[in-house]
Amino acid sequence: MFGIDDPWVLLAYLGCFVMTAVSLVYGLIRRNAAPDELTVEDRVWALEEKRIEDER
Amino acid sequence: MPGQSSVEWIDIVVILLYLTATVYLGWIAYRGTKSGADFLLGGRNAHPIIMALSYGATFISTAAIVGFGGVAGLFGMSLLWLTVMNVGIGIFIAFTVLGEPTRRIGHHLGAHTFPELLGLRYQSKGIQLFAGGLIFLFIPLYAAAVLTGGAVFAAAQFGIEFEVALLVFAVITAAYVIPGGIKAVMYTDALQGAIMIFGMAVLVIFTFTVLGGITEANQSLTDMADMVPASLQAIGHQGWTSMPAFGWGSTTYDMWWTVVTAIILGVGIGVLAQPQLVVRFMTVRSRRELDRAVPIGAVFILLMTGVPFTVGSLSNAWFAQHGTPLHGQVIEILNEDKDRALVELMRPTPQGGWETVISATTGQPASAPLQIAERQIATDANGEVFELVSGRAPAIVYARGEPDKIIPTYITEALPRWFGVLFFMTLLSAGMSTLSSQFHTMGTSAGRDLYERLSGKPSGSQPSLLVMRLAIVLGLIVAVTISYNIREDYVIARFTAIFFGLCAASFLPAYVAGLFFRRVTRTAALASMFVGAITSLFWLAFIKAREAGAIGLVQRFTDGKTSLLADYPNWPSVDPVLVALPLSALTLILVTAVTRPPETSHLDRCFPERAKR
Repeated sequence: MFGIDDPWVLLAYLGCFVMTAVSLVYGLIRRNAAPDELTVEDRVWALEEKRIEDER
Repeated sequence: MPGQSSVEWIDIVVILLYLTATVYLGWIAYRGTKSGADFLLGGRNAHPIIMALSYGATFISTAAIVGFGGVAGLFGMSLLWLTVMNVGIGIFIAFTVLGEPTRRIGHHLGAHTFPELLGLRYQSKGIQLFAGGLIFLFIPLYAAAVLTGGAVFAAAQFGIEFEVALLVFAVITAAYVIPGGIKAVMYTDALQGAIMIFGMAVLVIFTFTVLGGITEANQSLTDMADMVPASLQAIGHQGWTSMPAFGWGSTTYDMWWTVVTAIILGVGIGVLAQPQLVVRFMTVRSRRELDRAVPIGAVFILLMTGVPFTVGSLSNAWFAQHGTPLHGQVIEILNEDKDRALVELMRPTPQGGWETVISATTGQPASAPLQIAERQIATDANGEVFELVSGRAPAIVYARGEPDKIIPTYITEALPRWFGVLFFMTLLSAGMSTLSSQFHTMGTSAGRDLYERLSGKPSGSQPSLLVMRLAIVLGLIVAVTISYNIREDYVIARFTAIFFGLCAASFLPAYVAGLFFRRVTRTAALASMFVGAITSLFWLAFIKAREAGAIGLVQRFTDGKTSLLADYPNWPSVDPVLVALPLSALTLILVTAVTRPPETSHLDRCFPERAKR
C-alpha cells in the first residue's frame, strides 16, 4: 500500500494523518464548547506578564 | 542551477527583505504591544491561529528540519513515528490535557516562567533554583543544534565555509535576541510560521512530482533496500521504508534502540516538558482558545515534521535516479538483476587515468553501493586496464557521510536555486523563532529564577536585567562554541534529543503530578527531579556509547571502551530517557507515600475549583 511494505512504517504513515484528523475533528467539535471568560485573576496575571516583558 | 553555490545579489535582496519584514512586524508588535499578554487581555478572534503558529514555530526549528530530516535520510521512514508522537502528544495531549491546568495554576499562583511554576506549586525555592539551573546549563546544547542546522544549510546553499555561515547565523541571532527581540512577539512568530508552511508545501509537492507520485516514489525507495550501506545493515537497517530489526542482545538491533528510544520516545515525550513551550499555555486567554488552536497546530506540525522526514527518506530515491554519476570499480555484486554493486570509488587523474578516492574520515579507499548505469573499459594510474562502472548512490554518499548535510545537499542539487533561497528563509524563520524562545528562557532562568531567588532582589530590578542579558550573551557564546567544535555524525538530532530527554526525565513527573494530584509533596518533586537529572547525566557520561565516547570519561576507567556496558549489546544504544523517566516517576510516587501531605490552604490556592466543591 502506497509503495510501503512494512506494516509498522505504513501504520506510522497513516497514523500521522489519523492523528491530524482527530485533532481537526476535536477542534471542530470543541470550537465553542469551553467558556471564554477573562477572570480578574487572568487580567492581573497578564498585566504582570506585560510589566515583566516591558522591562526587558 | 543544481550544484551551483555562491552568494548572488538576489539572495541578499530576498534575505534582507525577509529580515526587514521581521523587524517591521516586531516593531509594529512592539508599538501595538501584541505580545502574548496583550492577546490575553484584548485579542479574541485571531488569537488561536496566531497562538498555534507561534507555538509551532517555537516547537519546530532547523534541528527538526535539517537534523531530523537528515536522520530520516540515513535511517528512513521509521522516523514518521516521531511525527505521530509530535502531533498526538506534542499537540493533542499537550493542548487538551496539560494546556488548561497549566494556564489555570500558572494564573492562580502568578507564575511567569516554568521553574517558577514548579517552585510556586511546590512552595520550594530549591525546586525553582534546580529547574532554572538545569535549563540555564543545558539549553545552550539545544541552541547549538539549531545554530548548526541553519549554518550547515547556509554553507551548502551559498557555497561558503561552515564557520563563516555559523558566524553570520550567530550575528543575526544576536541582533535579534539581545536588543529586545526576546519579547514573545506573536505576530513575528506567526509570520515565520507562515513562511515555514509555504516552504514545506513546495518541498513535498516537488519531491513527489519529480519521483512520479506518492506510491511510485515510495515504491522506488522500497526497492532500494539492497543499497543500504553495509555499516548500517550491520546495526539493523532493513531499508528506508522498513523499521529497523527489533530484538535484544545483539548489535544487529542497535539501530532499533537508537531510533525508537532516543529519537522517537526521547523527543516525542520530551516536548511535554519543554520550558519554552509550557509557558506558552499561560499566555492563552481561555480553554476555548486552546481547543481552537489544536487543529491548526496539528496541521502545522504534520507539515513541519512529516515533510522533512518523508523528503529526507525519499532523497535516497532521488539521488539514486538523478544524482551526479559516480565512478569506480566493482568490489561486490549486490543485486545482479537490478545491476547494483558495491563499488570502490575512483576519480579521473590529470593524466587521463583513474585513481582510487580516499575517504577523508577513514583514510581508507572510499566505497559506495551504486545503481550502475554504464560500464566502460578504462586504465588505472598504473596503466592497467579495468572495467569502470558509473552509477548513482544513496543520499548519505552525496552528503559525504554526514547525515546533517543530506537535506542541504538535496535542496541544492535537486531543487531550483530560487527554492534554495526560499528554503533558507524557511530555516531562518524556524531557527529564529526557536532561538528567540530558547534565549528568552535562558535569560529568565538566569535572571528571574536564579538571580532574583538567590539575591532576594525584586522582579525587574536593574541588576536582574543585567544578569539576564549577560546570561543571553554567555549562552550564545557557549552555543556557538559547541556548534563550532562538535560536528560528528547526526549531532543536530543528538543534541536536541539529549535536551528533550533531560527535560522529560527531570521535569515531566513533577510537572504533570503538580497539575493533577494534590497529594504530591515538595520533597517528592525535588527528589524526582534530582533522580531524573542525575540518572540522565550518568547515562550520557558512562553508558550511552555515542555520547560517553565523545565525553571520554569511560575510556579512562576501561582501557578505551566507550561505555561501561560495552560488553552487553544494545545497552550502549538505549537512550537515558528510557531509564531515567521511569526512575524519576517512581521516586515521585515512593517519596510522596512517605512524606507529609502539603498544607490544605496552599492546595486550595492551587486548585480553587476543587476547594469550592
